[in-house]
Amino acid sequence: MHDLAAHAVHHGPPTSFIRKYVFSLDHKVIGKQYYALALVAALCGMVLSWMMRIHLAWNSAAIPGLQLLSKTGAPGGVMTPEYYLQLMTMHGTIMVFFVLTTAPFAAFGNFFLPIQVGAEDMPFPRFNMMSFWVTFAGFLVLMSSFTLSDGPTLGGWTQYAPLNAVGSIAGPGQGLGVVLWAASIALFCVGQLLGSLNFIPTTLDLRVKGMSLMRLPLSAWAWFITSCMGLTAFAVLMPACILVILDHVAGTSFFVPSGLVVSDQLVPHSGGSTLLWQHLFWFFGHPEVYIAIVPGIGIVSHVLITNMRKPMLSQRVLIYCMGALAVLSYMVYGHHMFVSGMNPISALAFSFPTLVITIPATITVLIWTFSLYGSKLRINSASLFALGFISMFVSGGVSGFFLAQPSVDIPLHATYFVVGHFHMVMGVAAMFGIFAATYFWAPKMFGRMMNETLGRAHFWLSFVGTYCIFMPFHYLGMAGNVRRYSSFVDDFLQPLIPVHRFITVAALLTGAAQLIFVYNLIHSRFWGEPAPDNPWEATSLEWSTATPPPWDNFGGKLPVVYHDPYQYGVQSSVGDYVMQASPEQVKTEHDEK
Amino acid sequence: MAKFFAVTIIVIAILSAIPILRHTWAMPEDISTHGYLIDEQMSETMAEAGIAFLAAQFLLAIFVWKFSNPRPDAKIKNFPGGAKALVVAAFLVVGIEVLALGVFGVKAWASVYLTPPSANAMPIQVQAGQFAFYFRYPGPDGTFGPLHPELINESTQNFFGLDLDHDADSKDDIVTAEMAIPVNKEIHLLMHSKDLGHSFYVRELRVQQDFVPGLDVSLHFTATKIGRYEIVCTQLCGLGHYNMKAYLEVMSQQDFDDWLKKEAAMQ
Repeated sequence: MHDLAAHAVHHGPPTSFIRKYVFSLDHKVIGKQYYALALVAALCGMVLSWMMRIHLAWNSAAIPGLQLLSKTGAPGGVMTPEYYLQLMTMHGTIMVFFVLTTAPFAAFGNFFLPIQVGAEDMPFPRFNMMSFWVTFAGFLVLMSSFTLSDGPTLGGWTQYAPLNAVGSIAGPGQGLGVVLWAASIALFCVGQLLGSLNFIPTTLDLRVKGMSLMRLPLSAWAWFITSCMGLTAFAVLMPACILVILDHVAGTSFFVPSGLVVSDQLVPHSGGSTLLWQHLFWFFGHPEVYIAIVPGIGIVSHVLITNMRKPMLSQRVLIYCMGALAVLSYMVYGHHMFVSGMNPISALAFSFPTLVITIPATITVLIWTFSLYGSKLRINSASLFALGFISMFVSGGVSGFFLAQPSVDIPLHATYFVVGHFHMVMGVAAMFGIFAATYFWAPKMFGRMMNETLGRAHFWLSFVGTYCIFMPFHYLGMAGNVRRYSSFVDDFLQPLIPVHRFITVAALLTGAAQLIFVYNLIHSRFWGEPAPDNPWEATSLEWSTATPPPWDNFGGKLPVVYHDPYQYGVQSSVGDYVMQASPEQVKTEHDEK
Repeated sequence: MAKFFAVTIIVIAILSAIPILRHTWAMPEDISTHGYLIDEQMSETMAEAGIAFLAAQFLLAIFVWKFSNPRPDAKIKNFPGGAKALVVAAFLVVGIEVLALGVFGVKAWASVYLTPPSANAMPIQVQAGQFAFYFRYPGPDGTFGPLHPELINESTQNFFGLDLDHDADSKDDIVTAEMAIPVNKEIHLLMHSKDLGHSFYVRELRVQQDFVPGLDVSLHFTATKIGRYEIVCTQLCGLGHYNMKAYLEVMSQQDFDDWLKKEAAMQ
């Protein structure tokens, strides 16, 4: 283990600007590149959501400047129905793939996993570099669809068949727009597969002397488990996307059955299955929920422990829970398809594991909450976002109970209840995990402290704001408000429009609050107070090295690990903690029993 | 700051629960014979999820209030029961909850999907296409004529692709843009899509089912209250998705017979 780690770096220090900042082999630079990509993507996704929300609340409102994005999609700034769906599709795709997957997993995982295991880099730095640039290419391909004359695809981030396969006769963006979408996601999958191929051996083979698996921090465990999920989930989505492209360009019929008449034209395909796409997509899609959230579970645990000044009640149980979530995530995907027309018996088969997955999720929440008992909790921006994560995870999680049951899903399926559920548990909670990680690790990444006052302001506005946005989504769904409508023309939807207006105002304000974060991040990066090596008095290996870490992470001298990752609440020479790499012998009363 | 966080969480939790307790926004009254099973299941789930939601948020608030920023000389403590007690509690409480919801939920699901329609259920075919529903009644012969997708033509109003010149069974079929059904009569809905994925959703009936292009999907239900209800599409099907709707008229048997005669005369 130690010998492998010592030989991990196959590259010397970068000597040119291009090698240092652009085509870098350094996992830390690649992590920052992923972070920058996620930040840009998140801002794009957020602006798209603003436009969508304004359109939903005030259907005929002209949105200043929108006509510049698309003259045909928004003549005079007023959004057409198809353009709403196109922006919605791009919002979902950008957020799920290029923000919620890249930031918590690829960005922070790349930067900190090798350091937390005590390695000098990942085992395949060139694959790692390719991982980012292929992902970035995927992002560019996706964004390029905005330049198409008929705009991007309008089929939603789930791209159900056969809407995704019959071509432009089905509507604007359904020709080349879909091809670009599928190509973008296929590229993204390649990028994440290359990333997973690096994360797994980094964890298993590059651990430094003394770093047994159970001495890995919970964040490292989370990235490891996530990479295992990524390896199987993206390996299914990528070929599915290629099949969609083939249906468009090669005359195949993977997802198009015979006898379809679209726009009065008989579609020249036969033999395909529309449900095949749903099976392939959701076999990826549900693990993807956990790919987005499991890193957050690890990060939040890591951040909370440091700020509670005591370990979790059981590190081992939390690891098992993350593992259980990962394994079960492959057995539950059919709950997205209860009313899809698949065999109704299989709905029951998918329902049971979906309900069972609440057990590891509940245990995780109980461990977090009851670990707070008797702690010495420090309140700062990072810990506030970590606590906010727990609150959101609970709020979004309990609505999963409803959607896990086929009978209850009948009235709630495809309504805003689903939108509220996944935004809270997968979107907001994961974003809170990203924010907690940023406030916690930015000092190590950039060598500067972030402004605490701005951080807290950002938290309060985000916390209250996101509840104002996403809790009412559940109420709308319970009243039967169908999702993916560009306007609400049905009689029964009219009384719900004021709720949509409230949500829109909350979304605009909460979105604006994110600009505080962007300002804080950029300002602190250049003008923030210089960060010490270990500002939070933390124990794991990333705090043992210099701030920011040198190119080979530990300045040529690999650490040796002597302790479990979270030795807090002890009497040591430096305070109430002892670092993993410290040979100091301390007795803790809180060793796991 | 910690106490403010605790209070905020409690306020948010209570405010979140109020609209649910007051039924401010809720499903309309159920008008189907099976819907009460779904509503009961929904209520049970709401009670269990609601208690879990409030308990988790309150506990979080209480612990953050009590254990943040303590005196420097305060000693850390562990929850007396340890992790084992929590794991056992989660397995017991959530396990029982999961079993109860899973087992009882089967009844509601089975009433819709695992029970075949009765022999005297009235068949109605519904076809979904961008962006309208059309309905077909078999006419006096009780048999639907075959479909010919290549004959579908919106401009000649041959929405289903019927060959009236050659298919005797099609001649008496009645095609409508509105769905009328007799009250308290079981309906056997035969669903097919002519183009893309769509869905059939009537909130009051507690019915939602996707159309699967290339497959015929079957659904059965009985409406128990006369009235006019909206049928909407819930599966994204293109730019006009938001506007894809039809009306369901639940009528007395006499009114339905009169309506069907009138529609037949207009074919």
